[in-house]
Amino acid sequence: MAGSAAAHEVVDRLFREEQGRAVATLIRVTGDFDLAEEAVQDAFISALETWPVRGVPDNPGAWITTTARNRAIDRLRRRKRLLQKTETLAQEAAIESELEAIEPGPSEDAMHIADDRLRLIFTCCHPALAMDARVALTLRTLGGLTTPEIARAFLVPEPTLAQRLVRAKRKIRDAGIPYRVPPAELLPERLDGVLRVLYLVFNEGYAASSGDSLIRRELCAEAIRLARVVVSLLPDEPEARCLLALMLLHDARRDARVGPAGELILLDDQDRSLWDTERIAEGRALVEGALGERRPGPYRLQAAIAALHDEAATPAQTDWAQIVTLYIALQRMTPSSVVGLNLAAAVAMADGPAVGLAMMDGIVASGELDAYPYLHSARADLLRRLGRWSEAAVAYRRALELTTNAPERTFLEGRLREVDGRRRVID
Amino acid sequence: MQYALLIYGPEPAEDAPDDLMAAEFQAYAEFTNHLVGRGAMKGGEALQPTASATTVQVRDGRTITTDGPFAETKETLGGFYLVEAADLDEAIAYAAMIPGAKLGSIEVRPVLELPAEYAAATAGAAGN
Repeated sequence: MAGSAAAHEVVDRLFREEQGRAVATLIRVTGDFDLAEEAVQDAFISALETWPVRGVPDNPGAWITTTARNRAIDRLRRRKRLLQKTETLAQEAAIESELEAIEPGPSEDAMHIADDRLRLIFTCCHPALAMDARVALTLRTLGGLTTPEIARAFLVPEPTLAQRLVRAKRKIRDAGIPYRVPPAELLPERLDGVLRVLYLVFNEGYAASSGDSLIRRELCAEAIRLARVVVSLLPDEPEARCLLALMLLHDARRDARVGPAGELILLDDQDRSLWDTERIAEGRALVEGALGERRPGPYRLQAAIAALHDEAATPAQTDWAQIVTLYIALQRMTPSSVVGLNLAAAVAMADGPAVGLAMMDGIVASGELDAYPYLHSARADLLRRLGRWSEAAVAYRRALELTTNAPERTFLEGRLREVDGRRRVID
Repeated sequence: MQYALLIYGPEPAEDAPDDLMAAEFQAYAEFTNHLVGRGAMKGGEALQPTASATTVQVRDGRTITTDGPFAETKETLGGFYLVEAADLDEAIAYAAMIPGAKLGSIEVRPVLELPAEYAAATAGAAGN
């Protein structure tokens, strides 16, 4: 009985770690996403059946890939037999050549298999696919996430997500999206696209939400795991290393940012002893490793900002002046109102709330972020700190109109009660 | 004079019944044969549905690739190239070299491979 439970545990863990690797290899040898996924699923079912009885093999990952390959061959043979009864010779020949390609060749070595995952990441994150399709496809084929899990994480109905996956796979096939690591001249642009997908997955998981917190944790873990794959396979890309660092430095604070009742706890109020020091050390080492680069990229700057927060033992010890400098550099590199808002919030900490508020008022006047709840909540906070209670209440109300996320709403409602109370005392 | 005849129509259903598809292919094969017979056929292809389309623009020297067909109504069709490319990346690279990509947009749409029996008529025309 114990052996059986242990085998199940091995299969579970292996599923997260190995399924992307096995699917990637099967896609290379079959050129068929669906066949690859089905065959790998067959192999895991087979592992659940045989391992508790015969024991876990020495190299479980290789066992899964070999079994999946055999299952793919079985499936193709079955298709061929069906065709012999009904269909044309041409299709039969196509399956025959697929079968030949699928047999293990002499080129099967570890490096080849490592490359398979990198190839697949670039295919799944190709710019000819819509962003939501890239995210879904990456999590489904490379991550261990099921279609219902991804649907829950992104709050879309399961059939919608399933349809999105079907369409994305069809487009890869019909439009001839290549399955390869892009050549040098395309690599910077395409790698940037891959990193954007991973960062989006991470942010989706990191956003505090009333949704399924287990799934959200899984999204962050998956983004970090895939970033590690990219970093290990493309070790000379500083932006990939810095994105991994950025995610680790944020993820380190995960346990401190949500209270026992699921309420949101801001950076200033967090119990810093709950921060994960191992993650912080790893993140900092990655950022420092990239310091020699002549031209820092946006992830390097953001990771450096996150590191400065993580290094401060207390909120008062935060090096806000340095953070302001980094945000100015980031604003120059990737100008946007959201970066401008972060810069204004940092300036408020470094030079006082009045200076930050003037910058935020400029953003309000531009009208660009009017539907962005964090503009209104950040501005409300500065007004509160300046004792301008009535204006703060208006801004908190506007932020509440735009916020659907439960823990964030609870937080804002608390602040609104506080400023409303102060306002009445003064009136 | 030569003329390009551009075919616009409703998006075909994702899983149209086989007999409907066959009738459609047959009708096009007949028309193609008519053109071939009169020596009027200069080329032509069926295209994959717009779901397979990719739009390419070049702005400030950078190639911007987006999912989906070209959808701007103010710009109009000015011409087309039919190219042989190993994969979508190569097709995108050619698209980005078209001068019009700097101001307008290039929609990259894969050619639909017709079933063998209908493809024969067009192949005959190509050699014409």
